[in-house]
Amino acid sequence: MPKVKVDGVELEVPAGATVLQACELAGKEIPRFCYHERLSIAGNCRMCLVEVKPGPPKPQASCALPAAEGQEIRTDSEMVKKAREGVMEFLLINHPLDCPICDQGGECDLQDQSVAYGRGGSRYDENKRAVTSKNMGPLIKTTMTRCIHCTRCVRFSEEIAGVDEIGAIYRGENMQITTYLEKAATHEMSANVIDLCPVGALTSRPYAFEARPWELKKTLGIDVSDATGANIRIDSRGREVLRVLPRINDDVNEEWISDKARYQVDGLTKRRLDKPFLRKDGKLVPVSWQEAFSAIATLNPGNSIAAVAGDMVDCETMFAAKKLLGALGSSLLEGRQTGMDYDCSSLAAVNFNSGFNGIETADAILIVGSQVRTEAPLVNVRLRKAVKRGAKVFLVGPAWETTFGGEFLGEDLSVLNQLPQHVWDALSGAKRPAVIVGGAGLGRGGLEASLSIAGQLKLVRELEDGSTWNGFNVLHLSAARMGGLMLGYAQKGGIADLAAAAPKVVLALGADEVDFTKFANSMVVYIGHHGDKGAHAADVVLPAAAYTEKNGTYVNTEGRVQLSDKAVFAPGDAREDWTILRAMADAFGVSVGFDSFEELRAAMAAEVPALGVEGLADYGQDLPAGGGSASGVIAYPIKDFYLTNPIARASAVMQQCSAELLHGEEIAEAAE
Amino acid sequence: MALADKDRIFTNLYGFQPWNLKEAMARGAWDGTKDILAKGKEAIIEEMKASGLRGRGGAGFPTGLKWSFMPKQAPLDQNGNPKPSFLVINADESEPGSCKDREIMRHDPHLLFEGALVAGFAMGARAAYIYIRGEYIREAEVLFAAREEAYAAGLLGKNACGSGYDFDVFVHRGAGAYICGEETAMIESLEGKKGQPRLKPPFPAGAGLYGCPTTVNNVESIAVAPTIMRRGAAWFSSFGNENNRGTKLFQISGHVDKPCVVEEEMSISFRELIEKHCGGIRGGWDNLLAVIPGGSSVPLVPAKDIIDCAMDYDGLKAVGSGLGTAAIIVMDKSTDIVRAISRISYFYKHESCGQCTPCREGTGWMWRVMERLRTGNASVEEIDMLFQVTKQVEGHTICALGDAAAWPIQGLIRHFRPELERRIAEHMPEAAE
Repeated sequence: MPKVKVDGVELEVPAGATVLQACELAGKEIPRFCYHERLSIAGNCRMCLVEVKPGPPKPQASCALPAAEGQEIRTDSEMVKKAREGVMEFLLINHPLDCPICDQGGECDLQDQSVAYGRGGSRYDENKRAVTSKNMGPLIKTTMTRCIHCTRCVRFSEEIAGVDEIGAIYRGENMQITTYLEKAATHEMSANVIDLCPVGALTSRPYAFEARPWELKKTLGIDVSDATGANIRIDSRGREVLRVLPRINDDVNEEWISDKARYQVDGLTKRRLDKPFLRKDGKLVPVSWQEAFSAIATLNPGNSIAAVAGDMVDCETMFAAKKLLGALGSSLLEGRQTGMDYDCSSLAAVNFNSGFNGIETADAILIVGSQVRTEAPLVNVRLRKAVKRGAKVFLVGPAWETTFGGEFLGEDLSVLNQLPQHVWDALSGAKRPAVIVGGAGLGRGGLEASLSIAGQLKLVRELEDGSTWNGFNVLHLSAARMGGLMLGYAQKGGIADLAAAAPKVVLALGADEVDFTKFANSMVVYIGHHGDKGAHAADVVLPAAAYTEKNGTYVNTEGRVQLSDKAVFAPGDAREDWTILRAMADAFGVSVGFDSFEELRAAMAAEVPALGVEGLADYGQDLPAGGGSASGVIAYPIKDFYLTNPIARASAVMQQCSAELLHGEEIAEAAE
Repeated sequence: MALADKDRIFTNLYGFQPWNLKEAMARGAWDGTKDILAKGKEAIIEEMKASGLRGRGGAGFPTGLKWSFMPKQAPLDQNGNPKPSFLVINADESEPGSCKDREIMRHDPHLLFEGALVAGFAMGARAAYIYIRGEYIREAEVLFAAREEAYAAGLLGKNACGSGYDFDVFVHRGAGAYICGEETAMIESLEGKKGQPRLKPPFPAGAGLYGCPTTVNNVESIAVAPTIMRRGAAWFSSFGNENNRGTKLFQISGHVDKPCVVEEEMSISFRELIEKHCGGIRGGWDNLLAVIPGGSSVPLVPAKDIIDCAMDYDGLKAVGSGLGTAAIIVMDKSTDIVRAISRISYFYKHESCGQCTPCREGTGWMWRVMERLRTGNASVEEIDMLFQVTKQVEGHTICALGDAAAWPIQGLIRHFRPELERRIAEHMPEAAE
């Protein structure tokens, strides 16, 4: 713990801290462009120069200099002021003064810092440099004349994303940042470079010229495009969500989000269900709420009613439906739409127990049936970190392009019955071994076989420091899954049990992936927000709110309970889901026990206490023994990363990404 | 007090004899190398320290001291194995005016290879990498061939010279970038990356090539080491003034009657050097305008200061310049001095790697202003502004290229400001008023 003096104030800083961090601890602001907490230190912008004694008689880059015992750091001296002014002037001589037409305006580091640390004007009289803009795909808009060469984007794609997509070419003042051969950036996390870019060189293409940051209402939300539950900020103006940005949460998403989470929001205004529909003579026709409800109520299903929860619904909706079915005497609840029937009697056995932070520290990882890159890009980032720290990774399933190396052991689940010796040695020799079972690895005995491996390897163990390590992880794909399982949305035989019961009414809560032909004799009531597969198969459509349009509780795959706030109102006649279910109870003439959202939440917390507390739910550390044998070729569920849910499928941006980034070569071939 | 022939280290500097192993051995190379190594690491480093040899690449850091910075105990890698350490020999001689390493490599390559072994052994290096400038095509061919000879004779490789020490030397060709002569950029380039200097610390002696302890030395520093070991530190330090010991290759170009590369004693006066080896200044001593004494990156020295100056590190520092690589560029009064410095500015603008802001943006700015000052299309205030800009670059960059770009201009403004103002006045008489 070295002691340093910052502007005359003595303080102790953690060992290994840099001078910049020491200054921040002392409450001094150090301007910077290239330095970023989550990226390697480049030290190239030279904006963070400070005066350090002892040392050479010139200013030092504080971001790269380790804080050492007895240093005297000055951030307020004449030398530092001059150095900052000088660097600022250099950065601005070739930066265009096009702030009025730049999308970064208002949230631009260069703007802010030039006001705070720059000179009043420029002395540069020569011509400015102009740089041709580069194609970086449908998401990233480039204006490379504005680039200040901080290389944050280069370091992000190299270090975090793990793909060498962006780099610098040429040298000196001709240096340019580009993707190689101007290919589109295709990584699932590529758009994070937009947030990282301190100037307006990389901006958001879909959001181009839409709004200024100060016009936007900022709402704290939770992303539902996958099961990681990334923390997001929903920026809206009027009734429209204009963009989604990541919020910092070191436990979940650090400060990244996937491209889908960021850009599916334009789908929130398209293909929306904005009034109730009823199927008459085989066609869905618009009706009033009254008519829709009476059509359901006259069927008088009694307890012959089932509910299927979709991938993106919040816990409140599922709880309201559960209460409604309970009042009618039914408990036919299911959330695993595609027919999976793994055992859910122990929630610890279907949870990501090590947590995202924990998996970073694992030293040997077996991944069963998960294409992590597309199923949970943010977890992929963690895996890459683990490998950088020396973890060995083995994968079961068809090969895919990992960003962290790893060894593929075979496509068939039967590998689990007899793991190769070297894999077994690596896992059993590890201090913190982990198993990750993905959606494709859960069925056909995969979960049980993995649990059996977990038992033999003692994945639940006491570590040297006394803490408990639980390395058994299940990586779900849908945001609603863990919440649904906590609320009992799981039948022993999966959705087949529901079909076998042949209910008169099926409530499809945003369920779009269900094979509704199995419910041909049931009245399918779709309560959701998009005119997608579920609505097409429905007999009654009740328009509801999307995730940005309601308060909700979501539980991510590690069992983390998180609350999301309402940013905008649902369009047209659409209502928040719980109010629809509450009104339906009236139509059936039953009581569900709540009349307001607060009462609903209170009732839910009373029934499942963990849902009432933000943070990790405690499922215990006891894993079932598992056993049995697994077999069958693994097929990953995600065929198209950009089109996995109804919002994304409605989004023009996601459709474009799918067409250009995933099927671009086919298009090019067809054009020839 | 001129250097006697018997005291020359580079006896085949002009290529009057073949460079090959047989002839080189006849001249004394590879003589008793095994015995030198038998003295042990500490003894070699002590001898080098005692010789007073300062790095010949330009910075003038004591060579023996530099070798002693290599860790005695090899650091461990991730798996607990000791890391190897490396010697990197800087043969990327790109400083405008500098051409001494070239003569060593093409006419006396075996001195370099022997030096590599001695130096590598002294610092416990596993191998040496000679990073040769891309434009040196024939020189690289000689190095490749000489290396083959040395390996075939058992002088390098396993059990080098029968000493029981395994030592490899690799010759790596650069691709023609001035910045790759900066030691950390050279290491990056050797690793196959874009040649951009690294942040220091960590210094190469701690984490250099492939993260292993590394020392980067100039060709001349390495090539003189075996002879120092053979003839003793006392012999070597008998030349030159205090702190500036030994013999040195001077490269005199420009407006002298006979430009040449010559080995001379350190601290020889400029007048003696020119009179003795170059046949005097073109048009006589009165015609001398200025001298750039150490390659393009050091400030120029006007005639009156340089004539009796001792050509060594401290002597030139006293007149506001530096010895650099001892590449002496002599300019007589026919020189357009502003154009000359402007051309140097263009060179640095062209060679800036673009990594850090002050150098990337500043070198272009300085060159553009210099170009206008050349024609006088500027205002007098801009001279002061240019001086301030050079001060904004100097000392604010990752490597020394920023300093190198700033110093020539500072030298020009310091010594030739009236000339700049004259041009401005002539170009636009009203601006001068």
